[in-house]
Amino acid sequence: MTRFIVRRVIQGIITLWVIVTLIFVLFFMTNPDPARLLAGKAATVTQVASIRAFLGLNKPLWQQYLGFLGRLIQGNLGESYKLHEPVTTLLGQWVQVDISLAVGAGIIWLVLGLSVGIIAARRPRTIWDRSATVFVLVGLSTPTFILGLLLLFIFFYILTTHGIDIFPSAGNYTPFFTNPAEWARDLLLPWLTLALITAATYARLSRSSLLEVLGEDYIRTARAKGLSERRVVYRHALRAAITPIVTQFGIDLATVLGGAIITETIFGLPGLGQNVVSAIGREDLPVIQGIVLVAAAFIVVANIIVDVLYAVIDPRVRLS
Amino acid sequence: MSLAPFEPTTSVDFIDEIPPDSAEGGRAIEGRSPLRLALARLRTDRVAWLAAGMILAMVLLALIAPVISAATGHSATNPDLVNGTNSFGQPYGPGQGGFLLGTDNLGRDVLVRVAYGARISLLVGVLATLLATVGGTILGLISGYFGGWIDALLARLMDAVLSFPYVLAAIVLAAVFGGSLGLTIAVIAFFSWAAIGRIVRGQTLSQKEKEYVEAARSIGAGPFRIMFVDILPNLVAPVLVLGTLLVPVAIVFEATLDYLGVGVGPPTPTWGNMLADDQGSAGFGAWWFWGFPAIALLITTLGFNLLGDSVRDALDPRTERIFATRRKASVLGPDTPVGGGGTQSGAEADTR
Repeated sequence: MTRFIVRRVIQGIITLWVIVTLIFVLFFMTNPDPARLLAGKAATVTQVASIRAFLGLNKPLWQQYLGFLGRLIQGNLGESYKLHEPVTTLLGQWVQVDISLAVGAGIIWLVLGLSVGIIAARRPRTIWDRSATVFVLVGLSTPTFILGLLLLFIFFYILTTHGIDIFPSAGNYTPFFTNPAEWARDLLLPWLTLALITAATYARLSRSSLLEVLGEDYIRTARAKGLSERRVVYRHALRAAITPIVTQFGIDLATVLGGAIITETIFGLPGLGQNVVSAIGREDLPVIQGIVLVAAAFIVVANIIVDVLYAVIDPRVRLS
Repeated sequence: MSLAPFEPTTSVDFIDEIPPDSAEGGRAIEGRSPLRLALARLRTDRVAWLAAGMILAMVLLALIAPVISAATGHSATNPDLVNGTNSFGQPYGPGQGGFLLGTDNLGRDVLVRVAYGARISLLVGVLATLLATVGGTILGLISGYFGGWIDALLARLMDAVLSFPYVLAAIVLAAVFGGSLGLTIAVIAFFSWAAIGRIVRGQTLSQKEKEYVEAARSIGAGPFRIMFVDILPNLVAPVLVLGTLLVPVAIVFEATLDYLGVGVGPPTPTWGNMLADDQGSAGFGAWWFWGFPAIALLITTLGFNLLGDSVRDALDPRTERIFATRRKASVLGPDTPVGGGGTQSGAEADTR
């Protein structure tokens, strides 16, 4: 077990290193001299040179790269070229938006997806099952930005123009600790957007997983003992069927935590996703690197947790 | 009833002795290949016909785009504030001013733009999928068949591609090279092949242990002959299904890039950039700006998803679970997020 975790952590660190390096290389292909960009149009040659020296941009590229890695190990992600704040501080602010987004959306898609999947699996080939299939297919076929626009149009535009002012427009975000009610109101539509689309995967996964388990011998035994169907499904079958869903949930949650570009763009939420897009626009390398690193780290960590959880839930899995 | 005297016959003789028009059906028993069986199943599948109809409608729309443009006299790209907006300078709604689906902020015909958008979406969807499928199949076969360090290298590469934040990479690449059709196709193909490669690799790993591969090797077949002549035909089913299901993923990927402004880019009309179009003074109420491209996009993705499901059922009704657990995230992500949904859980790859 320990050996397994250590090996996975090392693999994860290598993955992170590769990703950070790629972003570094890509960035200097785009813009070999960020100092000129930072100094602005009116800057003199000496001003540009001093900025360059200040940022260490006058050193050879490999020295900059090694310096960057060295600082990274100390937990220093540098300072934003444009926002003039430490990247770690900025990331700390932005990630709160994504935590809010992930928690709310995660609960909705898990409950919704599991419910639809269980209903479909308990009554295969009925109208319930077919409706669930339609739900899954539409969910898998709908791009996030279409659902987001549709929800905004219906719940914000149409309702508001008819005097029902419940849902805020895009571009509103209230931190949880400022006003929890306002926080939930602002995030309800983004949550629904993320959740409805993701729930389709969960419905499909839980239906097929549960159907398979319900066909096993121990379920027949449980039924033969005279247990109620409810007890058979929820106590016996669901427990075995839940493993692939746990896996998927861990990865999906980590993915949203690392920034949901489309949802954040549509609803104007100042999270990691929206900020990485604007950072690319203004060629703010430290911020880009910081966000990519955090996003990838979430996924690497989630992968390790999920693997361990898998072995805990399902005794047939052995970690090696 | 007396028993007939025992006559030694070969099984072939025995079958030949059954008159072709005996028993039931009155037809000769005929060997049918799995492909023909699948086609027969597909032909009776009403959902498959519906899906094919949806896709064909979009293909037709794409094909006749220049005809629509010529017949209406409306350009897909040139702004026309004189004819395309009303006397208040506002865009026409659907059905007004001789515009079936209305006009956008620059007075351009939404119908013509949706039709031209279909060309981009279908072209990107099909080409990127083709590239990804061919690449993924070849690399998956090589990885699974040869094993050893080649497999270690390719498998790591697939993992890296699947866990790379691809939307981000696409944005950065578009910033470097400037968004274009070719780049969009290349980016989508590059981030999609690994999903196919991984399935093909897994299938190859199990196929290469089978007797027929042993037999081929014993008569002196080389590795490439075994891979592409012997093993590949056995992988047609999963590759075909995954390929069909990859088309809508590629189409949504393209629309997403264009929505973010890093895809093909204006003035070329694409469904993605139409959805992101500034609604200007018309405000959010100008639903036809984005409503019609959204509907076109939905019909297309739904069509391919339905078709993919039907093809899967027709080829092998039992494969459902394999593809149900297939991570949609591996190519698209629940929300095409920064982290690239493309993560392998590792649970599948390492511990199972």
